Amino acid sequence: MKPLEPRYTATAIALHWLLAVAILGSMAVGAYMSGLALSPLKLKLYNWHKWAGIAILLLSLLRLGWRLAHRPPPLPVRVEATMPGWQRAAHHATHGLMYVLFLVVPLMGWAYSSMAGFPIVWFGVLPLPDFVPVDKELARLIKPVHGWLAYTLLALIALHVAAALKHQFIDRDGLLARMRPGRP
Amino acid sequence: MKTLATALIAVAAAATLATGPACAQATPAKLLPGSEIAFVSKQLGVPVSGVFKRFDAQIAFDARNPAASKVAFMIDTASATIGDPDTDRELPKAEWFASAKFPQASFQSSAVKALGGGRYEVAGTLTIKGARRALSVPVTLAQAGTNGTASGSFTLKRLDFRIGDGEWADTSMVADEVQVTFKLALAGLGAP
Repeated sequence: MKPLEPRYTATAIALHWLLAVAILGSMAVGAYMSGLALSPLKLKLYNWHKWAGIAILLLSLLRLGWRLAHRPPPLPVRVEATMPGWQRAAHHATHGLMYVLFLVVPLMGWAYSSMAGFPIVWFGVLPLPDFVPVDKELARLIKPVHGWLAYTLLALIALHVAAALKHQFIDRDGLLARMRPGRP
Repeated sequence: MKTLATALIAVAAAATLATGPACAQATPAKLLPGSEIAFVSKQLGVPVSGVFKRFDAQIAFDARNPAASKVAFMIDTASATIGDPDTDRELPKAEWFASAKFPQASFQSSAVKALGGGRYEVAGTLTIKGARRALSVPVTLAQAGTNGTASGSFTLKRLDFRIGDGEWADTSMVADEVQVTFKLALAGLGAP
């Protein structure tokens, strides 16, 4: 029997999977809604997307805070020993960039909303402040940036998933067990 | 003869002077650039504001005899904009203002009452999209000489006028209440 290796904390695991679902769901809604003609459905999806985006922003901040207070378990020595230098660099760069985008993508969406003159009222109840003034011309310019950054995040997620699957099915090093929900 | 003529003129002049102020028609005022008619509607709780870019008014106002004042508005419904091209394209359509069939919304006053302190109550009929509703609007007039700024706001129910019909009639998406605010820069008001 293999000795148990240190896992992510239960909180980190819960936040990881909750945010995975929320982020991919928001991306799917975002990609779908922007092509719709104006309708109540489009309006509804835009607002749901914004509410989810703010939730993702807050949960990502919480997650970052948790990560700083509870450092992730280091890569097991037997795994790290087999990784070339570029893989180790890519491993850290991907995680770092994903965290940047977890925060920047929702913030750009929020900024776009404010600039376009459609402030966010979280869950239809809590009006959020506009941290940038209404500027419809600038809004038009930054709207695609929100999308491009989201696609960049999607590409990083794809890379992250591909690497995880490689560890699981090619290297068979059991690395995924550190982030698997449930008991070790 | 000359004396008689002079006397007649004098009598006529005296009569005019005597009856003048009380019976004078309120002078027609002119709408100046900078006047604004705006509205705020709520979409899923989000306040979305817009303006009507084209409107005209016929205002005859006499501060000394407010009851003789008359206010009429004609608003070009196709000029509604919230500054979002996608939405602006929808507004003149049949579900919203149906501008092809009802190019103008209007307000016609029936009574103007002074409340004191430059405040007035203007009652009348608001007609949008062929639907007529009685409306009473509080107006504040800040007058300087014959120029002035009339401002105020009121809330209407958009479904009274079928603005946002069909699938848009759902008030959980777009609230029924729409707040209308106006600020009118006026010239040619009767002397205060």
